Amino acid sequence: MRVADLVTAVVLMALGGLALGDSLRLGIGWGTDGPQSGFFPFWLAVIMNAACVVIFVQVLRRPATKPFVSRRQIGPVLAVLWPATAAVALMHVVGLYVAAALYMGFYMRWVGHNRWRAVIPLAIGVPVVAFLVFEMWFLVPMPKGPLEAWLGY
Amino acid sequence: MTHLTRTPLGWLTLLVLLVAATPVQAAWEPTKPIEFVIPAGTGGGADQMARLIAGIAEKHKLTPRPIIVVNKAGGAGAEGFLHVKGKKGDAHTIIITLSNLFTTPLHTGVPFSWHDLTPIARLALDQFILWVNAETPYKTAREYINAVKGKQCKEREGGQCIMGGTGSAQEDQIITIQLEQALGLKFTYVPFKGGGEVCVNLVGKHVDSTVNNPIECVSHWRAGRVRPLAVFDTARIPEADWKDIPTVKEALGVDIHYLMLRGIFGAPDMPKEAVEWYVGFLKKIYDTPDFKDYLKQGALKPAFATGAEYVKWVEENEKLHRELMAKGGLLKK
Amino acid sequence: MGLENLFFGFQIAITPFNLFMAVVGITLGTIIGVLPGLGGANGVAILLPLTFTMPPTSAIILLTSLYWGALFGGAITSVLFNIPGEPWSVATTFDGYPLARQGQGGQALTAAFTSSFVGAFFSIVLITFFAPLLAEIALKFGPPEFFAIQLLTFSSFVGLGGGNPLKSLVSILIGFILAAAGLDIVTGQLRMTFGFTELMKGFDFIVAVIGLFGIGEILLTVEEGLSFRGANARMNLRVVLDTWKVLPRYWRTFVRGSFIGFWMGFKPGGATPASFMSYAFAKRFSKHADRFGKGELEGVVAPETAAHAAGVAAMLPMLTLGIPGSPTAAVMLGGLIIWGLQPGPLLFKEKPDFVWGLIASMYTGNIIGVLMVLAFVPFFAAILRVPFAILTPLIIVLCAIGSYAVHNSMIDIWYMLIFGVVGYVFKKLDYPLAPLVLALVLGDLAENALRQSLIMSQGTMTIFLTRPISGAITAVAIFFFLLPLITPWWRRWRGLPAPAPAPRET
Repeated sequence: MRVADLVTAVVLMALGGLALGDSLRLGIGWGTDGPQSGFFPFWLAVIMNAACVVIFVQVLRRPATKPFVSRRQIGPVLAVLWPATAAVALMHVVGLYVAAALYMGFYMRWVGHNRWRAVIPLAIGVPVVAFLVFEMWFLVPMPKGPLEAWLGY
Repeated sequence: MTHLTRTPLGWLTLLVLLVAATPVQAAWEPTKPIEFVIPAGTGGGADQMARLIAGIAEKHKLTPRPIIVVNKAGGAGAEGFLHVKGKKGDAHTIIITLSNLFTTPLHTGVPFSWHDLTPIARLALDQFILWVNAETPYKTAREYINAVKGKQCKEREGGQCIMGGTGSAQEDQIITIQLEQALGLKFTYVPFKGGGEVCVNLVGKHVDSTVNNPIECVSHWRAGRVRPLAVFDTARIPEADWKDIPTVKEALGVDIHYLMLRGIFGAPDMPKEAVEWYVGFLKKIYDTPDFKDYLKQGALKPAFATGAEYVKWVEENEKLHRELMAKGGLLKK
Repeated sequence: MGLENLFFGFQIAITPFNLFMAVVGITLGTIIGVLPGLGGANGVAILLPLTFTMPPTSAIILLTSLYWGALFGGAITSVLFNIPGEPWSVATTFDGYPLARQGQGGQALTAAFTSSFVGAFFSIVLITFFAPLLAEIALKFGPPEFFAIQLLTFSSFVGLGGGNPLKSLVSILIGFILAAAGLDIVTGQLRMTFGFTELMKGFDFIVAVIGLFGIGEILLTVEEGLSFRGANARMNLRVVLDTWKVLPRYWRTFVRGSFIGFWMGFKPGGATPASFMSYAFAKRFSKHADRFGKGELEGVVAPETAAHAAGVAAMLPMLTLGIPGSPTAAVMLGGLIIWGLQPGPLLFKEKPDFVWGLIASMYTGNIIGVLMVLAFVPFFAAILRVPFAILTPLIIVLCAIGSYAVHNSMIDIWYMLIFGVVGYVFKKLDYPLAPLVLALVLGDLAENALRQSLIMSQGTMTIFLTRPISGAITAVAIFFFLLPLITPWWRRWRGLPAPAPAPRET
């Protein structure tokens, strides 16, 4: 918990630093007609970084408590996260629908241990329904890949 | 070839081939849904026109595949333009433009220009009018301008009159700066998010004047809440209700005119046949009574143009914007 | 005069075709409202081209019904999965989701739908009788007044959360900083984009919320090794009737929520701040403030009443002034013009059949809507019975679709994942998420209004105090900001015991 808290505070300070840098570029003064573009982001970032420093010190002075996540807990969390990340990366190549089918199939079969009988209809059915709803009915375009191009979309 | 045309049968075969081939080549048609990008938010003038086009196409069955309207308003439209710029050679992506085609790259330095896109057609030009609240005593542009010069807007800090407009370093502010420079006066310019909002702030007396497009203020005018003082064009608007409004030149003696493009561009290097199809498609849209009514209601200037004529207009206007924005100090430093 | 016109309107709204349009609209709207990222504005925009061949009155009935449907539907995923289908349902998740996890999803949904209806009805009645008068009041709101309202919304929320005040502060500031990214409309400069095109459109609130609340919650749930505890949700309509027996107890919250919602909604201000403000006030005035955030039915009633009241009130400026009170109304306004109508002050006089038909259809549409969604409460609650390993990937796919649909941009799906991890980490480290979300919603609006005001006043702050309306609102806001400082002093003076430490906020 302590390490995670410290790391979070440092990451936030880094983000605050980015905001500070860009604000300085834009100008942080108070012009004749009100504040310049960087005025608010600058002060917001200054206050945020100050608060993060105080949090950092507070946490440092506190004795270490239970760990942020246990080994047992992190397993299922990563089991959700990494296939989802892979699926999003895959969307750039094969489009949303195919990636969604692969992701759902993968998760239901290898993480959820469902039977193929349940997995296949769902993994194919849901993207097909989504395709009908979004591309054909509502005319909301989603990222598409070679398969959809081949189908004329 | 010579071998083939030696026999009657050969001639016939060639003829059949030609007949079969010609229509296929000439009649390019969309084979996928057409993505119609709007580099502005929902509800604005460009958005309305794009959705009207999509609707008319649907109503009169003018396209074999549907038109999908997509708003990409980020970065004063830069998001939409860059999206289309990235679709090189695509025959199914078009974009509607407003003045941010010129102003956004000039002011923000975002790397795109109309040269990246394929010009298809200009549909209309939007007018600008100087409006004041109807409860103010200013009956003519001259009276109002004198008040601005004399700092007589009493409710304001230092009597300085406030001009409201859409966005910053865009058409409304360009016109305001032109007025200031031509007449030697100073407004306080307050930017708002959309044209409709600007006109309502005029009705609510939060600003003293605006340079709204006709369609954004027309309903308030007819309800007697705002008053048009002058048109920013070289001639009066020829429509019945509008023809009594003098031009800026008539009213103030200085020639300030500005028209906003409502035109369509395609993705970079769009195939020629596709461009031809879109030109024909837009001409059909343009000729429908629905579209004509829309132009009339919004006092837009009908201005269908394609090809070289369109390109020439865009070239001139890009130059004009660069000059105007340089004079106003709005170019990216 | 109002009544006479209303009867005239009902003759138009209650034709079989128009009633049919209302049913179609509500069905589609509910679906759109359920899908996160697809809002009423999308739905209306999508259907708009199809309405060209209809008479304008039927067309607007179809579109507004879709909007009511989206308003109702937004609550469904908030309650079931902690994913707000619409921005104004964010506050509904605070108590709706805990209720669903305790197996009371049906009760929470019934409360949400019923409150939506009450809020809507209140606004419709006000519109029916006072539309022109209210339009005049709306005109009095310029940039300083808008800033004062944003200030008031924010102040009502300050001091409600417990926990580490520094972490609340950091959370708020992150929200404001994210809101500042993108184009600064006041100067036309790009801020914090660092040359990346993808950053130009800024961080969309709904994407952040889908990630922080939806994905974050999934991660927390799997970590605890739990599945959604929906199996014991009851499957019949009794739950609706039972919940109705309890609801009258919250009449004060209904009244307060309706007023807040209407007041925030009838000028472009928005349903989202209204729902937050209503939640905050309900908690302030409640005797069981400590139960809020853990599954208190009143915490569902308050935001939903206000959100739907505001959603209906947003129609008023569209009809009377020709300005949209919400993004959905903005698209409808475009529709009006395309149908050949001229939105604005004269619409009431020139097209009474259209206006009064529309107003009457607000009654019929909302009545049909509430009956339809209530009938489906057991069905919605039963969704939670689907095994977790099937529901999880399904929800993530829907979240991805929703995030993409907001701006048609792949980067938003990545943001969704990142915000999901942030939500998970923040929740574990006791950084409250609600202030971050509120700041992200209000940040943009508040900064613009503030700077417009300052340009108007040439840089003097007194503009907020010298204008009567903004002065009054600002004073109330300052009072709320000071309240946490005054309260202990007040209690000591009255000889009351110190309150128990406030529970922490979601």
